[in-house]
Amino acid sequence: MAHENLDQEIVDMLVELTGEDELGDYRDVDLFEEEILDSLGAIEVLVTLKQRFGVSIAPTELEREEMNTVNKIVERVRERL
Amino acid sequence: MGFYTEPAFFIVTAVVVCIAIVIGLLQKPLHKFGLVASIVMLGLLFSESLASLVFFLAYLVYSLALEKYVERLFRMKDSRAVAKYRVALALQIAPLAVYKVGVLFDPTFLGFIGISYITFKAVQVLIELRDGLIESMQPWRYLYFLMFFPTFTSGPILRSRAFEKDLDRTLTRTEYLEYLYRGAGWFILGALYKFVGSALTGWLMWFAPAAIGGDTPGAFACAQLAYAFMYGLNLFFDFAGYSHMAVGVGFALGIEVPRNFRAPFLSVDIKDFWNRWHITLSYWLRDFVFMRFTTAAFEHSWFKSTVTTACIAYIVNMLVMGFWHGITVDFVAYGLYHGLLLAACELIQRKWGFYKKHKKDRWFRICSWAVTMIAVFYGFALFSGQALHPIAV
Repeated sequence: MAHENLDQEIVDMLVELTGEDELGDYRDVDLFEEEILDSLGAIEVLVTLKQRFGVSIAPTELEREEMNTVNKIVERVRERL
Repeated sequence: MGFYTEPAFFIVTAVVVCIAIVIGLLQKPLHKFGLVASIVMLGLLFSESLASLVFFLAYLVYSLALEKYVERLFRMKDSRAVAKYRVALALQIAPLAVYKVGVLFDPTFLGFIGISYITFKAVQVLIELRDGLIESMQPWRYLYFLMFFPTFTSGPILRSRAFEKDLDRTLTRTEYLEYLYRGAGWFILGALYKFVGSALTGWLMWFAPAAIGGDTPGAFACAQLAYAFMYGLNLFFDFAGYSHMAVGVGFALGIEVPRNFRAPFLSVDIKDFWNRWHITLSYWLRDFVFMRFTTAAFEHSWFKSTVTTACIAYIVNMLVMGFWHGITVDFVAYGLYHGLLLAACELIQRKWGFYKKHKKDRWFRICSWAVTMIAVFYGFALFSGQALHPIAV
């Protein structure tokens, strides 16, 4: 399945999971530092990425600092599509 | 020869470290020497029990065979790879499970020192082969990873990918000197913990309750509290002591052993505590039990809410920790207790408005710290068995 507007799809997904409507405007904010995500939230992100984008990322594959912002999450998905 | 307890260990380790320093300063790779040193040290560890030695060697062969089998399953893209991997994983855990059950009936049941810790390492490799994070490991690297002597008996728990990264690096003289400097600091701190902190609290642990006496119910309660407090401190100094020394020896051998303790008595909540106490164990369980359980729970919608998923995952996670310590009422109660505490912490942090409003206030953090410490020290009393069987005074 093509994801023509991947950035927006991932932002929408993160907004849905975290309930933070403004997330799209703060794409380089550290989601863990700001307490928008915790380790459980991160797992929900990984599971949803697999379900929606078919991208499988193992829980120990990435360090937290490799997917702690919206832009980094988009980048990690793009690398794997 | 007991590791980190007998003078002989420290003498032989000093010789090993001296040779490592010469090799390191010559800017040569340290891994071959590290492997040979680990074989010698484990030979000395098992020298008093031929049965343990035989069982340990059989375990190494068995684990290597399982590792190569799983490696092949995914390399050959076997159509039933996942199912076969699960069988291999169960077989990898089986010796520890059999040992833990066996010692219930016969305290001399065949096992070997370090079987609990080596199992974590072997299991991690299999799981990450399945995840595609490890493609293959050369047999000598795999065996060195399992046998790395500084952490063999009591951790910290190494991860194979970080270990292999260290094996691939040849340090410059400046880098190695930096390693030695850091390693010496850890070793000295560990030795102080072990031989001063642990010795002192070990003595106070018995002296204080005896001095207080148990003539009245009040005195009896105070004596129990004094014992529980000293036991907790003693456990910390003892365990953190040899963990820190292991980090120190690891640096001398060119391996960055992860730290296992980070000021646990400053924890402001129980999640914070498990990020500071026996860190490599709690991170291992987080990565390979908690995260796997929650992933499966989310994927298959086992529970209605995220909070329920988290709470049940914490309880499962800590029960595994309890059973890993041993199949006894005290250890399992300790695991269940911490699982319930973590679940309660999760509920408070997600649902309690008062917490959200005041969590950064100084007074709230002090209260939270005090409650956490009471909970932690009661947990130690469960661990020691004192909570269910008070000490005689």
